[in-house]
Amino acid sequence: MTVIAIAFYLLALVTLASGLMVITAKNPVHSVLYLILAFFSSAGLFILLGAEFLAMLLVVVYVGAVAVLFLFVVMMLDVDFVKLRQGFANYLPIGLVVGLVLMGELVAISIAVATKGAAAGNQPLVATAAEPNIKMIGHALYSTYIYLFEAAGFVLLVAMVGAIVLTLRTRPNVKRQDIFSQVTRRRKDAVEIVPVKTGEGISE
Amino acid sequence: MDFNLALHLGLPETILAVSSLLILVFGAFRGDKGMISVSALCGVALIAAAFAAAFGHQGAAFGGSFIVDGVALFAKVAIYIAAVFIIVLGQGYFDRVGAGRFELPILILLAALGMSLMVSAGDLISLYVGLELQSLALYVLAAFRRDDAKSSEAGLKYFVLGALSSGLLLYGASLVYGFAGSMNFHDIAQSATTNLNVGLIFGLVFVICGLAFKVSAAPFHMWTPDVYEGAPTPIVAFFAGAPKFAAMVLFARVLQTGFAAQADQWRQVVLVLAVLSFVIGALGGLMQKDIKRLLAYSSIANMGYALLAIAAGAVGIPALLIFFVLYMVDTLGLFTVQMALSRKGEPVTRIDSLAGLSKTNMPMTIVLTILCLSVLGMPPFSGFWAKYFVFGAAITSGLWQFAAAGLVASVVAAFYYLRILKLMWFDVPAGDMDKSPLETRWIAYAAAAFSFPVVIVFLVYVYPLAQSAAQGFGS
Amino acid sequence: MRLLKAPDMRPVFNSEGLGDLMNAFLLQYLPVIIFIGVATVLGLGFMIGALVIAPKAPDTEKLSAYECGFNAFDSARQKFDVRFYLVSILFIIFDLEASFLFPWAVSLFDMPNGGMHVAFWSMVTFLVELGLGYIYVWKKGALEWE
Repeated sequence: MTVIAIAFYLLALVTLASGLMVITAKNPVHSVLYLILAFFSSAGLFILLGAEFLAMLLVVVYVGAVAVLFLFVVMMLDVDFVKLRQGFANYLPIGLVVGLVLMGELVAISIAVATKGAAAGNQPLVATAAEPNIKMIGHALYSTYIYLFEAAGFVLLVAMVGAIVLTLRTRPNVKRQDIFSQVTRRRKDAVEIVPVKTGEGISE
Repeated sequence: MDFNLALHLGLPETILAVSSLLILVFGAFRGDKGMISVSALCGVALIAAAFAAAFGHQGAAFGGSFIVDGVALFAKVAIYIAAVFIIVLGQGYFDRVGAGRFELPILILLAALGMSLMVSAGDLISLYVGLELQSLALYVLAAFRRDDAKSSEAGLKYFVLGALSSGLLLYGASLVYGFAGSMNFHDIAQSATTNLNVGLIFGLVFVICGLAFKVSAAPFHMWTPDVYEGAPTPIVAFFAGAPKFAAMVLFARVLQTGFAAQADQWRQVVLVLAVLSFVIGALGGLMQKDIKRLLAYSSIANMGYALLAIAAGAVGIPALLIFFVLYMVDTLGLFTVQMALSRKGEPVTRIDSLAGLSKTNMPMTIVLTILCLSVLGMPPFSGFWAKYFVFGAAITSGLWQFAAAGLVASVVAAFYYLRILKLMWFDVPAGDMDKSPLETRWIAYAAAAFSFPVVIVFLVYVYPLAQSAAQGFGS
Repeated sequence: MRLLKAPDMRPVFNSEGLGDLMNAFLLQYLPVIIFIGVATVLGLGFMIGALVIAPKAPDTEKLSAYECGFNAFDSARQKFDVRFYLVSILFIIFDLEASFLFPWAVSLFDMPNGGMHVAFWSMVTFLVELGLGYIYVWKKGALEWE
């Protein structure tokens, strides 16, 4: 028991600390790295809950794709981060108030859970060796929730169309790769051997 | 699960989904030259879906996460028809500004699909998925003129605030799920009556905030004027109508199905939102110089009236449906007039530029006069009837103080419409107007004709329809 | 599917019956934990070792950035082509699509109540949706480099 408790507190501590570092780190690249650490330790928390698949998904999708995109943005965008930070002190009071309000709500909710408990219908499903988490998700997702599954496909489709609509430009006069013509190119298409007589050179 | 039944109930959505995919591939092969045929195909798909919805069956599928009742069908027909008009306007507009790409009608189609999932949502996940499908398409549409700084800004603002509101909504939904133990609205209602928890109320408030963002009710309205000003006009005409209708139906469904027994608790919140909306809409509009910003405040005020209908409870539902149809026609007309007017190729955006319109463009002046009188609530125009039903419903359920407040706000708001009338009829023109494009002219005429006299015929036939559609809503 | 009822809503690791199950479950992760432990010890060990043992004689020239013998001209941050982002956004989308395949592949052959056909065709529909999207992406030339 204690091992799990220690693991939980360790992971929770790392998550919180790295979350804090994300917003306080001076260098935005460090922020993203802390974000990745936060993702990893929350994946650990998911494993403690028995939700292995969600943990792997967090690593694959968030660390593997989203965080990489973030890194792209902060490393490759020409943004003056010193300038961005200038308003920080001005917005700090408002931000603190909003944060405190949210914190208060969370505390109120936690108290409500602790005293009255959440709803009766809420029984945790625990993964076993015969019925791992990924199987449970599969059983629910592809039977009860197929409508939402297909709708999620459309959300992804809209994201795809939107990304292309907003960013894709075709520039004229740019040489593109054309594998077929590159591969089928033969020597006679490109090279011509001209017998050159001494002292005459080549006309043309 | 009975798939025939599910397919039967979801026929409009199936039509939209399948056709959007096929048209997307068709468009990819035709390229942007084929935009006109893509628009036509999307229009046909929407009309087919509207017919399917108009003659659709009622019921529930997929374990109650997809609900088709009278209100959903009514809203779907209205949304699809609105989307057809937007496609027509968008085709013309983007052709003229030279930013036309074939994805435009497809994104409108997909947004309409998202809206119809919203109005049919029967649980918290389908609510969120529908909302997200709709909003994602709208974010892209707002920024569709990507070379235009204002359009990009509008898209970005809309996206950031929309994402924030989605976050609020999700947080609330997760609380509701955690405390109710189910995502289905009926189960939530059951759990809320037997065991009302503080957490559940917190969740409800967050969900309300998220939805209020989407319908741009004050105090969650900050994004509206900026987005309306920057986004391309046909898209704004879309924003102001159909998505808000869908979100409002969703609003009503969450409150009246999921939290029917807690009406006393949510009514206060909804009434606060309603009063703030029409007060801020009326006062904020007074200071505006830009036509689209003015219309943004006008739409905020109108959301206040719609929320009043929701606060009225079950009697407010037919009023809500009728209100939204009439409001959508009026806004479509107003934005179309804005699109129709240009001076030396530059679109008319400032209210001052409307000065002396009666001397340069008589037909549009008459159209704009009718529409202005309508939105300020002058009988016998359609705007009057919209407010008549809403205030009637509010008074029936004992909210007469709020109806009175709404009336006062609409009197204040009348000032800025009257100013437009004065400018158009009595002031000196600033220069000749260009000839209005064909489709904007006809849609503007149609909207004006609808405001009066068609609205009378419409109400005679559609009001009973709305009443029977609203029967059994929420139970 | 095995439903285990928690006696109350305290965190899972406090309730007795669940605890044993969780222990057995988490024991499977022991090799991972050991691996992480070894990696941490080794990594930190080398760093600290270097810090302690290695000779240090810093001066300004040694510590300055070295760029072909010149001082650095300007910040390394530059505007990059938006195409990079487009590719990575498309990657995220197809990554998510692929992540839907895992639970499907694992659970397809023992769906409850004979739901195998439904599950199979639901995935086919999903793949068709995104497959047509892929045709669109390809045809638009979003994956081409120029």
